[in-house]
Amino acid sequence: MKSKRARKSTFFIVLALILVLTFTAFFGIDNYYGDTRNVYIKGANDIRWGIDIRGGVEAVFSPDIKNAEISDEDMDAAKTIIETRLVNNNITDSEVYADNQNHQIIVRFPWAADESNFDAAAAVQELGETALLTFCEGTTQDTVILKGGDDIEKAQAGVVQDETTGVSQYVVHLTFTEKGKAKFATATAKLVGKTISIWMDDQMISAPTVKTAITDGNAYIDGMANADEANDLANKINAGSLPFALTVDDSKLQVISPTLGSNALNVMLIAGSIAFVLICILMIVLFRLPGLVAAIALLGQLAGSIACMSGYFPGADSFTLTVPGIAGIILSIGVGVDANVIAAERIKDEFKRGRTIDGAIASGFENSWSAILDGNVAIVIVAVVLMGAFGTPDSFFAKLFSPIMQWFGTAITGSIYSFGYTLVIGVIFNLIMGVLASRLMLKGISQFKFFRKPWLYGGAKDVQ
Amino acid sequence: MFNKKIDFMKTFKPTIIIYAAVLAVSIIITLFVGVKLDINFSGGTRISYSYEGEISTDKVTEAVKTITSVPVTVSESTSIAGDTKTLTLSFAGKDSIDAEIQQKITSKLATDFKANAPSLYDSTSISATVASSFFIKTLVAVLLAAALVVVYVGIRFRKIGGVSAAITAFVALILDVLVAFFTCTVFGLPIDSNFMAVVLTILGYSLNDTIVIYDRVREGRRLEPNADLGDLVNNSVNSVMKRTVITTVTTLLAVFTIVVVSEFFGLSSLRSFAIPMGFGLISGCTSSLFISTPLWVIWKKHSKKSKKSK
Repeated sequence: MKSKRARKSTFFIVLALILVLTFTAFFGIDNYYGDTRNVYIKGANDIRWGIDIRGGVEAVFSPDIKNAEISDEDMDAAKTIIETRLVNNNITDSEVYADNQNHQIIVRFPWAADESNFDAAAAVQELGETALLTFCEGTTQDTVILKGGDDIEKAQAGVVQDETTGVSQYVVHLTFTEKGKAKFATATAKLVGKTISIWMDDQMISAPTVKTAITDGNAYIDGMANADEANDLANKINAGSLPFALTVDDSKLQVISPTLGSNALNVMLIAGSIAFVLICILMIVLFRLPGLVAAIALLGQLAGSIACMSGYFPGADSFTLTVPGIAGIILSIGVGVDANVIAAERIKDEFKRGRTIDGAIASGFENSWSAILDGNVAIVIVAVVLMGAFGTPDSFFAKLFSPIMQWFGTAITGSIYSFGYTLVIGVIFNLIMGVLASRLMLKGISQFKFFRKPWLYGGAKDVQ
Repeated sequence: MFNKKIDFMKTFKPTIIIYAAVLAVSIIITLFVGVKLDINFSGGTRISYSYEGEISTDKVTEAVKTITSVPVTVSESTSIAGDTKTLTLSFAGKDSIDAEIQQKITSKLATDFKANAPSLYDSTSISATVASSFFIKTLVAVLLAAALVVVYVGIRFRKIGGVSAAITAFVALILDVLVAFFTCTVFGLPIDSNFMAVVLTILGYSLNDTIVIYDRVREGRRLEPNADLGDLVNNSVNSVMKRTVITTVTTLLAVFTIVVVSEFFGLSSLRSFAIPMGFGLISGCTSSLFISTPLWVIWKKHSKKSKKSK
């Protein structure tokens, strides 16, 4: 590179950018308005910890019928049902994936061990429950008029106000299919003045008297005690319209107690800070000025990784961090240190060959580039394969590898996916920080008179 | 210490012998203690409860027998810190147990042993088919990743005979993974998904170490096209050795700081992650310096000779 000398200001511009990124990535930007926290930029506190760290439940549901033609629509419907039920159980922080290929639905949600009144096994079982709704003639189940699966399109909880008394009550609205509409019209026409009973499996829940023939395909079940009961029944009816029930009996149910406990974040921050400071000291002792620059670049790389996990960047959702995810960060920091070590060693070599400061820095970075690139690409390959093998079925990488991986069943193990994710992010930031930012900073700072001593770059004393 | 030049061609044989000896001893120990495959990979059911006071495992076994006919082994343990006592029910066989039955067991224990206040701590129930398909998928993913990387190295280093370089790099990788694996068996740690993360980390490190060396060889070849391969490799390995050691030491420093701090706060669960990681990293550094490149030189020289003799 024979271009003119770098500007001194480059160093400060890059340094300032890294510091701003670091500060905002760790602490976020938010304010409190009374008790409400308004988050403008998410900080490290907003990182979601995986269930292997904070405890939780992972369950794989599969249909109770094996052979069957289970359509993609059925799987989607089942997924929606489970999602709705999770929300109804006040579990809002859950992950639900459907694998249409292998007919499995994977559910993960956090659960704190100190919530002793929360029965995880019961909760999971409830998630997969179905109920078949039937309308029958009279008060026995002998003559079935219509059935949940074929004739009812959907059920929805709602409120109805009585026209005469003005009293509101909770109900479940039913929408019939075309076929169901016709059947119901015929039956109600025939049974005016008589009773129709509504059954949930083998339990009678209501036995209204038919006032007039109902032809518009709309009906509701009344007598719900509260909104929860109405919601619950609506969910069960919707699940009953699936041609199968979901069970976890034959697949997987795992309840994990938090391994790191609720103070995971604090311990990790303390451990991470100490490790980071030690690395920086080591780098500065070994490489002097390039070591200092490397330490700043590493800070930037770490902040970038944290930012990508907390949902700092608009468009990138927050990410669940697991123990293997932490391993991924450690590996990427190692790779980042490595890039700086390779470059610093190369700069030293150049001094031994009697180069000037500018020349040594320029060719040091240039010579180190191919090794850094090849090493990083090899690591990205490993990470991408993992993301493909253990990511959600509809993600980009999963589709990329589906010709091979579809033969091996679903294993959306968030923990291993997390490893791939943190690694890819780490490597990208390593290329930005460890290579580009380091180079700019070192070229900039070396223009100061004070820093124009070969010793600062590991040179002088070795010159013979 | 770095000013002395090591002749890596001469250290090759002793290194191989040390590796062989360590692996042989590990295999013998493993034959005695067996491999602990985590329930996630083998299938089966295990439920644990935290409790207070003293509890009779025999009575617990009897209580569980009233609910399910599946044979159960009950064991108790106390954490190192001494503040949590756990009771673990391991069910025989490799199949999962119904969620409903699990729930019944939990409520039965809660009523029968009220004084001990047992509460569900951890439970895993996985059918053998789901577990084995996960295990196989993990292996396939690791192998696929390794294969793609070998192809990449083969292409990038084609000027110095990429395929042979890639294969000897792969040999080093296998040695490192074996070291991590036997660390787990010898220390009695389970093979679980954390172990898979360890394997992949080591894979990345070891490969990176080897690539950096090959990069020097590639550069040296460009500068001195007619130099002897043995000398060229020796110079290359010597010139990157400091970098390899620094990078490995730095990473070990990070891993062990995290473990020491976690232990200080009473979190022992990262141990199963750090021990194989430590040994694997050391092996990754050693195998790249002392095995993969000398092995590659031997290969290249051998194939040259056989070409000449034809």
